[in-house]
Amino acid sequence: MALSREQVAMRVAQELQDGYYVNLGIGIPTLVANYVPEGIEVMLQSENGLLGMGPYPTEAELDADMINAGKETVTAIKGAAIFSSAESFAMIRGGHVDLTVLGAFEVDQNGNIASWMIPGKLVKGMGGAMDLVAGAMNIVVTMTHADKYGNSKLLEGCTLPLTGVGCVKKIVTDLAVLEVRNGAFHLLERAPGITVEEIQQKTAGKLVVNGDIPEMVFN
Amino acid sequence: MAGFNKVVHSYEDAMAGLQDGMTVIAGGFGLCGIPEGLIAQIKKMATTDLTVVSNNCGVDGFGLGILLEDRQIKKMVASYVGENALFEKQLLSGELEVELTPQGTLAEKMRAGGAGIPAFFTATGYGTPVAEGKETREIDGRHYVLEPAITGDFAIVRAWKADRYGNLMFRHTSMNFNPMAATAGKITVAEVEEIVEPGELEPSQIHTPGIYVQRVIKGSFEKRIERRMVRQG
Repeated sequence: MALSREQVAMRVAQELQDGYYVNLGIGIPTLVANYVPEGIEVMLQSENGLLGMGPYPTEAELDADMINAGKETVTAIKGAAIFSSAESFAMIRGGHVDLTVLGAFEVDQNGNIASWMIPGKLVKGMGGAMDLVAGAMNIVVTMTHADKYGNSKLLEGCTLPLTGVGCVKKIVTDLAVLEVRNGAFHLLERAPGITVEEIQQKTAGKLVVNGDIPEMVFN
Repeated sequence: MAGFNKVVHSYEDAMAGLQDGMTVIAGGFGLCGIPEGLIAQIKKMATTDLTVVSNNCGVDGFGLGILLEDRQIKKMVASYVGENALFEKQLLSGELEVELTPQGTLAEKMRAGGAGIPAFFTATGYGTPVAEGKETREIDGRHYVLEPAITGDFAIVRAWKADRYGNLMFRHTSMNFNPMAATAGKITVAEVEEIVEPGELEPSQIHTPGIYVQRVIKGSFEKRIERRMVRQG
């Protein structure tokens, strides 16, 4: 079965390492914070100027001056720091953030990502995504493997305006975990019950399958 | 008191000199940390053909969104406009010129503008539509885009505490773009929650030194929340 949003987040959380500074995008990436493995400590960066983002506030803690990059009310953990947008993006562009997780419309086999604009239709803007993909040490993309019409989102070349070039290292979809290198998607893991054939069929770009592909393991 | 007393007592005085066709840089992220009263004053003045530089353009009916209602904005420089239906409509119909700018590039453009740096190279946006028509350069094997700085005729910011010298402190994440915006205006106006006596702000804790600020006005703020999220506690 294809993974739920929560399961995709659970699988991404396995990429977290002790001591990581992590920026989580809007949507599924935000859910990753709920599944930080026990025994490791990560610090969440929110690009509006918060390092050490905590959970949503209680009614009593609610404060309009305390929000995350998704404009949701939020709290700061003990040991958090708050700073300006320029400082925030200095740490992002300067390569100080260890991992960024974000969603996408399309990714291609050269690690290009399109996530911000569908010409003539939806205009939202790139927000901080272009800075994050250009600056983070490691980039994981979460998305469904195919769109609702069954069209692959893992392409030979992105068709939509790009967010960044050659930057995506890993993709966690509802069907698979893939690594992007040497101009191809390398299949690392399958969602439980999903066959390599189905993944192959829903991957439009070059897919490399080496040996037996294990199923994802969830604790 | 003249000299360094930057406190004004009316919104008319706070925005005096704003004219059609000017560039206004506004602090704030979403609806957090926005100078609500100064935006309302611009609406009241009915100034048109404005270029507005701000991360977002408010929402329908609040924040900078109210300046769209009477088409006061000719051009918007922003990173994200997803929360604003009127904005999207004016953009798609071509009534509004928009320069979508990556959020970090936008912050750095303001910072550079205020610091006398005319342009800077950044990896952000290389190979994307943002880089089209801009100079690029390869430095140590990486590609960079040359991005020009931004300055404004006016900068409007929201701060927590100020003194009459224009020294500012911001509260929590309402800081966001406000410190950079404050440096980049020919006339920077700070709308603040509280004006304190000189000396009450610890000098080393001041976020924006008063040299950047020309006018200070005490405001009162609705502080509307865009996405109210709470947990059971």
